[in-house]
Amino acid sequence: MGLRTRLLLAFAALAVVTTTITAGVLYWRARSAVLQATQDAAATALTDRVKTLLPLSSVPPRRADLEELVEGLSDRGSGAVVLFRGQQASSGMHPQSLPAELRSAVRSGRVVWQRVMWGDTPTLLVGTELRIGTGMGDSVPSGLEVYLARDLLAERDSIEELTWWAGAVGAGSLGLAAALAWVAARGVLRPVRELRHAARRLGEGDLSARVTVRGADELAEVGRTFNATAQVLEHQVNELRRMEADARRFVADVSHELRTPLAAMTAVTDVLDEEAGDLPGDAGRAARLVSSETANLTRLVNDLIEVTRFDSGSAALALDDVDVAAIIRACLRSRGWLDQVEADLPEGITARLDPRRLDVIVANLVGNALRHGEPPVTVRLTADEAWVMVDVEDSGPGMDDAVLPHVFDRFFKADTARSRSQGSGLGLAIAWENARLHRKGDRVGTLTAANRPGGGAVFTLALPRYGEGTGEKR
Amino acid sequence: MSRVLLIEDDEAVRDGLTLALERQGHSVDAFDNGEQALARLGAVQPEVVVLDLMLPGMDGFEVCRRIRADGNLPIIMLTARNDDMDVVAGLEAGADDYVVKPVQPRVLEARIRAVLRRAVSEPKQPQGVEVHGALTIDRVGLEVSKNGTPIALAPTELRLLLELSRVPRRVLSRQQLLESVWQHDYLGDSRLVDACVQRLRAKIEDDPAKPVYVQTVRGFGYRFGPV
Repeated sequence: MGLRTRLLLAFAALAVVTTTITAGVLYWRARSAVLQATQDAAATALTDRVKTLLPLSSVPPRRADLEELVEGLSDRGSGAVVLFRGQQASSGMHPQSLPAELRSAVRSGRVVWQRVMWGDTPTLLVGTELRIGTGMGDSVPSGLEVYLARDLLAERDSIEELTWWAGAVGAGSLGLAAALAWVAARGVLRPVRELRHAARRLGEGDLSARVTVRGADELAEVGRTFNATAQVLEHQVNELRRMEADARRFVADVSHELRTPLAAMTAVTDVLDEEAGDLPGDAGRAARLVSSETANLTRLVNDLIEVTRFDSGSAALALDDVDVAAIIRACLRSRGWLDQVEADLPEGITARLDPRRLDVIVANLVGNALRHGEPPVTVRLTADEAWVMVDVEDSGPGMDDAVLPHVFDRFFKADTARSRSQGSGLGLAIAWENARLHRKGDRVGTLTAANRPGGGAVFTLALPRYGEGTGEKR
Repeated sequence: MSRVLLIEDDEAVRDGLTLALERQGHSVDAFDNGEQALARLGAVQPEVVVLDLMLPGMDGFEVCRRIRADGNLPIIMLTARNDDMDVVAGLEAGADDYVVKPVQPRVLEARIRAVLRRAVSEPKQPQGVEVHGALTIDRVGLEVSKNGTPIALAPTELRLLLELSRVPRRVLSRQQLLESVWQHDYLGDSRLVDACVQRLRAKIEDDPAKPVYVQTVRGFGYRFGPV
């Protein structure tokens, strides 16, 4: 349950309890007071009237006396009954409707009242037994019971009004409490919500996310702590990024710096190669070594530069509509691999991609298979609506499962004991980056490595069939 | 055997390339900056320029533009950084081809030979002069004129136009053009074709934005006409 709901419910419960107790007690007290006053007034009226009608003209009274007594007692809006030893006289009410317990209470000599419902009318019954003075300071019961009935319609109206007011006040204060709760919840929740948004932005990598701190309460303190933490985080991440950028730039700069002397050396390696045969002994071997290692170093530096271009995000696709099979065949032919590789390259698969990068990928995969796997090496081209796929399989023992996740890591060597191979150690990493560079919408090119069930490693390249860009370039 | 003007600021690279080119039979005039090379251009009368893009003082792009403004000398740029921006800017400045340093001498040699070829291999034509709309192409005299006015085309531009107009209305892919015009192996840089088409259009089209002679066929390549 949310904080807002909890706050609202708490305020509502508080309002209900407080209002119920306050209004209930007040209602009860007011109701009692109203009824008490009515009863007292009724009792007083009864005794007053009885006094005005006494003394009776004859004792025991005759029936006419009883009638007269009833007449005198009852007035508009009230009824009266007078009973005397089996005789009775009534006006405005029926003597049978007197409750028995009222009568027995009256015979015990008290002034008694009772509220009863006659039909829909609440009625107050007051009764008493007349007493006759003995002339010696005390009195004896006369046996004459007098009852007065008075409706309580006016009182009922008053009490109903009270009930209505209690309900209205209760509902009003509940609404007010809810409104207050809402305001209070907003006051608390707004900074909490801001904090939540800021934390989410921070999590999504927006390190400049901060909250506006208001006031000096606990929430403001949380906000200040958040801001301070975010600032430290931002600073440290920026520092790390700067260091990483520096490191990358350093690699890029070193590679570029190496390129110029390599350019001079490469320009003359042909001279070394041509003259090496004429050089005596060690000088000839040394010349050949320098020449071949210059070529290796050049390859390494070129690969390093390629990698730094991926890292800096400056690698761009040069898309062209090409016949994929022709590109792969040209790749194999130009490297003299056509005899070593079984190629299954169906004609007519055209795609929009960067032919140079496809060439790099295929060359790296096939070169890798020829170096580390065992023949036969198979290159298979397939395609569907959305993807162009190239499988490169070898028939060697396959790769260790522990090695598989790392084959595309830079400078990763499956066999640490193996000395420097022909490759730069960056070939598969570059192939992987080249595959990923091809993207169309949310389809991104992939390069994956796996072991075939029957043994042998298989590398699968999948490129989105129609890359971004239009037919007209630039 | 050609006369090569080499502009390269690094002494070792300059010496290495000079040595390599001279062993292949070229005569090489080497300069370490653009200003000096431009000043000596008339005296040297080279057949091809090999130009480093990163030069002190006047940069390679500007040198390229100046040489291009003067005439139609083939230019091969040497770029130490195969950054796409450099390549594109160099091609737009008018370079015919480019190689990335470090370059193997035989690759540079192949590029030089390709830009120096006088013309694409011609099938025997009964008469050398063709008229396409306002454009007159003389396949024997290797001259192009528009409404009677001769148009000066760089060798690569001329070869591209001859290649396209040899088979009017037929679409040639960028890779086909790279093989036939630039003599690159199959995986050449198709931006060479696009840049050269842009330059060619600027010279022969009435409105290069709405080309008539060299038309783009989206998704396939280029074709000549229909006029």
